[in-house]
Amino acid sequence: MTQDKAAGMTRRERFEAQQRRRSLVIAATSTTLVVAALVIFVPMSPGWEKVQKSFFNGAVLAQTFPKLLDAFLINVMIFAWSAPAIAVLGLLIALARDAKSPALFPLRIFGAAFTDVFRGVPVILTVYLIGFGIPGLGLPRPWNSPYIWGSLALILTYSAYVAEIFRAGIDSVHHSQRSAALSLGLSERQMMRDVVLPQAVRNVVPSQMNMLIALQKDVSLLSFIGPVEIFRQAGVFKSLLANFTPYVGAAIIFLFVTIPATRYADYLMSRQMRERR
Amino acid sequence: MAKLELRGVVKRFGTNTVCDGIDLDVEQGQMVCLIGASGAGKSTLLRCINLLEPTEDGEIFLDGEDIAVPGLDPQSVRARIGMVFQSYNLFPHMTALENALLAPRRVHGLSRTEAQPDVEALFTRFGLADRMQNYPDQLSGGQQQRVAIVRALAMKPEVMLFDEITSALDPQLVGEVLDVLLQLKDQGMTMVLATHEMGFAREAADKVCFLQDGRIIEEGPPDQVFGSPKRAETKAFLERALK
Repeated sequence: MTQDKAAGMTRRERFEAQQRRRSLVIAATSTTLVVAALVIFVPMSPGWEKVQKSFFNGAVLAQTFPKLLDAFLINVMIFAWSAPAIAVLGLLIALARDAKSPALFPLRIFGAAFTDVFRGVPVILTVYLIGFGIPGLGLPRPWNSPYIWGSLALILTYSAYVAEIFRAGIDSVHHSQRSAALSLGLSERQMMRDVVLPQAVRNVVPSQMNMLIALQKDVSLLSFIGPVEIFRQAGVFKSLLANFTPYVGAAIIFLFVTIPATRYADYLMSRQMRERR
Repeated sequence: MAKLELRGVVKRFGTNTVCDGIDLDVEQGQMVCLIGASGAGKSTLLRCINLLEPTEDGEIFLDGEDIAVPGLDPQSVRARIGMVFQSYNLFPHMTALENALLAPRRVHGLSRTEAQPDVEALFTRFGLADRMQNYPDQLSGGQQQRVAIVRALAMKPEVMLFDEITSALDPQLVGEVLDVLLQLKDQGMTMVLATHEMGFAREAADKVCFLQDGRIIEEGPPDQVFGSPKRAETKAFLERALK
């Protein structure tokens, strides 16, 4: 009793400290066991030496890594111009789908058809159809560039998803906010622009972050129609060196970008959950 | 001619008749309190006056002009009638000041510098001068509701509608909001309140209307309605409400 008083802890704090120590010991033990099993048993498998040589070859990694990084810049570039276009187009589609005026009815139909088509077709198919189809019209340089049409394919596909997220965000703004805006004499447009959209966009930032992460990875699909981005570059090295390690190198580079981005999106999401409570 | 005149106003949601032929006169500068059980149609009636709900039938005259005509542009009417809601409905992404500046800027087309002096004066008048730069979630319920009143007043409305504006407040915060209403009454604002604050209605209202099932079944000066109700329903309601 006196001892506890000296430690300055309440009964509850003592109990919780004990619980924490306990779970720490359990977590450490189980992690050690799993890692030990991997380190001991995987190399015991019959094909391990071959796999190690062709997938985890340090020399090959060191040789190809700088070139892979260079190629990754192309991914970053395509991402950098596609993402803003997706945000704008996605928002426009979302607004078109919720348009109320009868004059804008064709826009509503178009918006619905757009999201149905581009969400319904695998990304790689869209990339193929647009990336090969449109330059096939015999456009002059530079308008036959796979960069342009590949990016367009990504923009169209992702806009369809992003638009649906924006719509969910618009729906998430409580209708009493609309009543308040209208009661002040604002028009439907002003209500949308000044009251609903700012809240809607804020509500969906974490979900849209996840779309950005997915986009960053899907940029690699453009390799199928020409651009030598990181995945294609890794493929070139694989053929050249008869070794799969460059693919592992490419994966490592992706993870360096996507893991912090994913963590950040999770952080935004949990912060939003806390705010709502 | 009364400032606001309702003649046979009918509002239905599907087959559910919420306002069943309501007649009401509100004179310039009068405070009219609508009382009655939840679901009697008080809130819906206020929303109809502000054209937030389209009416099925009947006329609503503002200065003798029928504003309930189907097809009329509601914006210009709403700019003349202010409304305050039970749940404040402040815009959470704007400071208190921005909340109040939005409509004068957008609807009256004023610049920020043109609109700001009058709006700041309103904040000062209602003891909110040091709260203008706060966001709604940094304010107490009573402060939020007062900001909502300021936001409506910033449009310089001719009539104010209050929809159970103290019902979401802790009891100790109700007083500061009711004080604002008394100030507005002193300044001659025409007001219609849906309220459960019987004591306040009795003390401050010029006229009290008791609603039941979408009709005004009794109306009159507060002393008469509260003191010697003519209808058995009114008496029963008041006995329950004042218990």
